[in-house]
Amino acid sequence: MSPPSRGFLGRRRSGVDPSRVPPGQHLTRGFPVLSAGPTPRTEVADWSFTIDGAVEEPTSWRWEAFIALPTDQITVDIHCVTKWSKLDTSWRGVSLDTLLKTVETKAEYLTAWCDGGYTTNLALEDVLGGKAWVAYEYDGEPLAPEHGGPARLLVPHLYFWKSAKWVRGLRLTETDEPGFWENYGYHNHGDPWLEQRYQGD
Amino acid sequence: MARAALPGRLSWQLGRVTATARETARAKTLVLDVPHWPGHRTGQHVDVRLTADDGYQAERSYSIASAPEDDGIMLTIDRLEDGEVSPYLTDVLEPGDTLELRGPIGGYFVWDASLRGPLLLISGGSGIVPLRAMLRHWAAVRPPVAVRLLHSARSLDDVIYHDELIRLAAFEELDVRIALTRAWPDDWRGHRGRIDRDFLEDAAWPAQDQPRIYVCGPTAFVETTAAALVESGQRPDSIKTERFGSTGG
Repeated sequence: MSPPSRGFLGRRRSGVDPSRVPPGQHLTRGFPVLSAGPTPRTEVADWSFTIDGAVEEPTSWRWEAFIALPTDQITVDIHCVTKWSKLDTSWRGVSLDTLLKTVETKAEYLTAWCDGGYTTNLALEDVLGGKAWVAYEYDGEPLAPEHGGPARLLVPHLYFWKSAKWVRGLRLTETDEPGFWENYGYHNHGDPWLEQRYQGD
Repeated sequence: MARAALPGRLSWQLGRVTATARETARAKTLVLDVPHWPGHRTGQHVDVRLTADDGYQAERSYSIASAPEDDGIMLTIDRLEDGEVSPYLTDVLEPGDTLELRGPIGGYFVWDASLRGPLLLISGGSGIVPLRAMLRHWAAVRPPVAVRLLHSARSLDDVIYHDELIRLAAFEELDVRIALTRAWPDDWRGHRGRIDRDFLEDAAWPAQDQPRIYVCGPTAFVETTAAALVESGQRPDSIKTERFGSTGG
């Protein structure tokens, strides 16, 4: 139990459904940017998306082929480990069900890798069944570079560092291999409703 | 492997405020005695949690402003006008009060004195806080590493740690350059205007000297600065960034 902070009243938001805000989070109307280095700028002409690793046959799409894949319009709440949440964000992208259907694998995990060197790890059960996308539009516009454009992962049921910006591929793995932030003490799974921010949470 | 170096569970604990110091009209430093502090590296941050009488809680993250060699943990809080937590920390909290926190957190945007290569620190506004921890650590250890701090503020009155920066600049190997973007004294000899590509090319070591570059500040500042550094030939993987969003803290 936390002792009360002397004189702290707090500012409860009116008109917000508390069941949509995970513990320790607060709502923002802006769209903060957090990344560990400079924003990579990859032209769509130079862009491709690859699924490889523990698969029978790797698959790869150039930009034009990728955006010709069936898409979903997605409206979801997102939660950043730095404590902001944003409700009803609107995206367009390709479901990971659609992408992973194209490969044969016995793998149970994947590492998403990105321009700029960022990686993050995910269990397949966390990205299949309508839970994850590669998104390339935000709010009806092409995804801006600082928000991960040309395309980023969107895994809204986990903290947003799992929604890797500038994603270029998924490497399927038979064992779970911690990614960038997961190696720096952040939680391996990152469920915001369980407040799995850091290792041991 | 980095994996072996991971810390254990980060537990919440109570620190006690031992002193406060006004830095600018908006910014205040809290000095905390944290009994079970496990030690930290410069650039790391803590999570702070406030609890109202009815159990309502609010959490935020703040960069650590002190070096490992300092007595106590320092946090410098920039008061956000419409914030929920920062006005409490700057206006209500007093010496003797307790503050619940856990940390240290983050292992990427960190520097310690064993790292070689010139150190280039670039901050906008309160983005100077984690870089100040690096400067204090440098001054405590005095490694053979040249340091430059490029700091951007609206006016001289908005420069957090102004007097301390003047003292640090007396070290031969430590260079402080301040850019004032909105207002400056008539006799101001520093940079007038934003930190731009020309300023960076003049102030930064060339890429072949393998500078370690840390950029911290508001999102637009970091985006612009990091992009200008890459355009001027710095290696993207030599640039570590920490960005503050407008998160209403």
